[in-house]
Amino acid sequence: MPMIQATDGPIWRKRTPLKQWLIWGGWLVGLCIAVYAWQLISEKTIWMFVWDAPRQMADIGTRMVPPDWSYMDKLWRPVWDTLNIATIGTAIAMVLAVPIAFLAAHNTTPHKSVRAVMLFIIVGTRSVNSLIWALLLVVIVGPGVLAGTIAIGFRSIGGCAKLIYEAIEEIDQTQVEAIEATGGSRAQQMVYGIVPQILPTIAGVGVFRWDINVRGSTILGIVGAGGIGVQLNASINVLAWTQVSMVLIVILGTVFVSEYISAKVRGAII
Amino acid sequence: MLRLENLSKRYKTGDLALKNVSLEIPDGQLVALIGPSGAGKSTLIRCVNRLVDATEGKIHLGDREITGLSMAELRRARRRMGMIFQEYALVERLTVMENVLSGRLGYVNFWQSLFRKFPKENVREAYRLLDRVGLMHMADKRADELSGGQRQRVGICRALIQHPELLLVDEPTASLDPKTSRQIMRLIRELCEERGLAAIINIHDVALARMFSERVIGLKLGEIVYDGSPDGLTPDVLTEIYGEEDWEATIEKVEDDDESEASDDGRAA
Amino acid sequence: MSDASTQYADTWKKPPFIKNSVLRWLIYLGTVTYFFVALYTMEVNWPRVAEGIPRGIDMLSKFFPPDLSDSRGVILDGILESIWMAIISTIGGILLSVPIGLGAARNLAPTWMYLFCRSIIAVSRTFPEVILAIFAVKFFGFGPFAGFVALSIGTIGFFAKLLAEDIENMSKSQAEAVRATGASWLQWVNYAIQPQVLPRMIGLSLYRLDINFRESAVVGIVGAGGIGAHLLTSVQRYEYATTATILFSIIGIVIALEYTSGYFRKWVQ
Repeated sequence: MPMIQATDGPIWRKRTPLKQWLIWGGWLVGLCIAVYAWQLISEKTIWMFVWDAPRQMADIGTRMVPPDWSYMDKLWRPVWDTLNIATIGTAIAMVLAVPIAFLAAHNTTPHKSVRAVMLFIIVGTRSVNSLIWALLLVVIVGPGVLAGTIAIGFRSIGGCAKLIYEAIEEIDQTQVEAIEATGGSRAQQMVYGIVPQILPTIAGVGVFRWDINVRGSTILGIVGAGGIGVQLNASINVLAWTQVSMVLIVILGTVFVSEYISAKVRGAII
Repeated sequence: MLRLENLSKRYKTGDLALKNVSLEIPDGQLVALIGPSGAGKSTLIRCVNRLVDATEGKIHLGDREITGLSMAELRRARRRMGMIFQEYALVERLTVMENVLSGRLGYVNFWQSLFRKFPKENVREAYRLLDRVGLMHMADKRADELSGGQRQRVGICRALIQHPELLLVDEPTASLDPKTSRQIMRLIRELCEERGLAAIINIHDVALARMFSERVIGLKLGEIVYDGSPDGLTPDVLTEIYGEEDWEATIEKVEDDDESEASDDGRAA
Repeated sequence: MSDASTQYADTWKKPPFIKNSVLRWLIYLGTVTYFFVALYTMEVNWPRVAEGIPRGIDMLSKFFPPDLSDSRGVILDGILESIWMAIISTIGGILLSVPIGLGAARNLAPTWMYLFCRSIIAVSRTFPEVILAIFAVKFFGFGPFAGFVALSIGTIGFFAKLLAEDIENMSKSQAEAVRATGASWLQWVNYAIQPQVLPRMIGLSLYRLDINFRESAVVGIVGAGGIGAHLLTSVQRYEYATTATILFSIIGIVIALEYTSGYFRKWVQ
């Protein structure tokens, strides 16, 4: 292995000594953080339960088979609800995200202060998980699909608007300039110069987000915000493990199908 | 008639792109603007329709003063100036027809443009222009499906459908091969003659400038250093504009190419 | 070119995006019907919504300004727990991802191993972290260890897949060049694959740290440690000022993390 021996040899080194030390130092710091974090976590862990976990897994695993196929009758409606939460939530989010994105992009915003407010909305909504929004919304509008839909929509506003405004900032400005040179107004420059350039992005973002939202809406039921998570939670609480495994299979199927659809649609758009 | 009075432009970075440029272009005159990169050619053209605002000086188009117009008035003034761009600047994802019709945006209201409801005579004229440049069959194609030469023709149609008095042409041939460049330049000249249009063509190819213009203006570091007929572009003048170089070959080659190109045309007709 | 007497069409319609008109109308009709049915079947308890609005206003009024006192220090404690959980599960997940990712690369692994590793990835990608956390709590008991397990598995789904795809897409010639020197399998991985894949992997691990923190803030809702449990309690006890504090802390940390990880990613590449 001539090449490899040469690499390890004393004549040639990949990095300067200082850089090499810095890299080793970086790894060391990382290692310390990992060890410290692990200690904190393990302090709060009751290890008896952890050692017992394989037995628990085997126990629950055997209780889960065979899945209760008849329970499917009661799952059609929650699946429909789950898909509606994701779809309507995404639709609401997109309707709001597009204007927000235009107000947030530095080349289309009417004013710096408007931009700051929009960026705040974007960051605020996307930093918080949809489950947390659902938790709060259940208090306000009551448990059910409505809370879930709004939660998904809320979380997605920031997620979608961020991608769209970044696309707006990256457009080819000369195309807009050409429209400006013909005497087009600001609104016309938007419709002719900018929108055609970002339309594929908008469509792509919508489909991408919908896919994420289908997955996200399966768990909202845990805090009572509708969808199949309600059944999952209920079955786990009464220890009906054969029902639980049925619900898991249905979630798996739903997510697979949504992923397939979104890949197909994205392929058709681009 | 276009008249520039003591035009200066200083960018925010502090660069002085134009220094006290004064210029008069009568109706129907085809002017080539030559000069090295960074001489201020693009800035000059963009100052005229105020894509760039001049720092000092005045611009008159006919009896209107362009500098100091309000936004609404500026929109109206821009309708009278068609612009043709270096990289075509077509809206890539719109159809050829929409790109041509976008030249009428200064005339129609927002809703008409949003729903593509342009007046009948505009559509008829768009078809006529596309036919004139040989792209009738491309009307429904998306602009990004076209070749460079075809795109520039669409760009020309977009400028002409504005019914301008003046064409501002920014490096129309920079991204085209030599043969297409000539075709495009010839087309621009023919169309200007047909319509009695004045044009400022900003071009870096001296040979093309000599071939197709009536008047050449040489710009160097934001100042006019030559203003005269294409035949007056002697090696000395070119050295003054661009710096030391053997210019004899450039000038001679022009004549040759022109002839062969002309005979080419003869055969085609 | 046509002669002057040619009559041009005076209307033009944009060609539709979907060319087949039957399909187009079916899609329109389907979409409208879907939304109609979906909204119609949506069960909304309107009196409850009306009742909740004052409560919502009350909640919002507690949000601004948020109560930042955190008298008992539980919020800080929970937030820190979330952060440590995110860090350790990112590290653990990545360590586990390396063998699984190598096993899931078609050009490295035998078929049975490929299928096995791919199914692990598929399952961990499909289920949201919260569902994984529910089961982790059942198996390992309440507390951050369950969260650590759930987030690590989630990290595998993300990371092993990208790693496998990277290895599958990397340049073959480079890999072959090293193999041709007669390197063993481990040396081959170390010299041919690692240099091509490592910088991107560091960037992605920082990105995943971001995601894991967001998730570690919610897994507490199902008892898997971190700030989520306090959030749930504060909402249930109507202590909205505390809720607001937690919410703003999460937002603040997410922004800070995103900013630093973006900075580091630029630095690494």
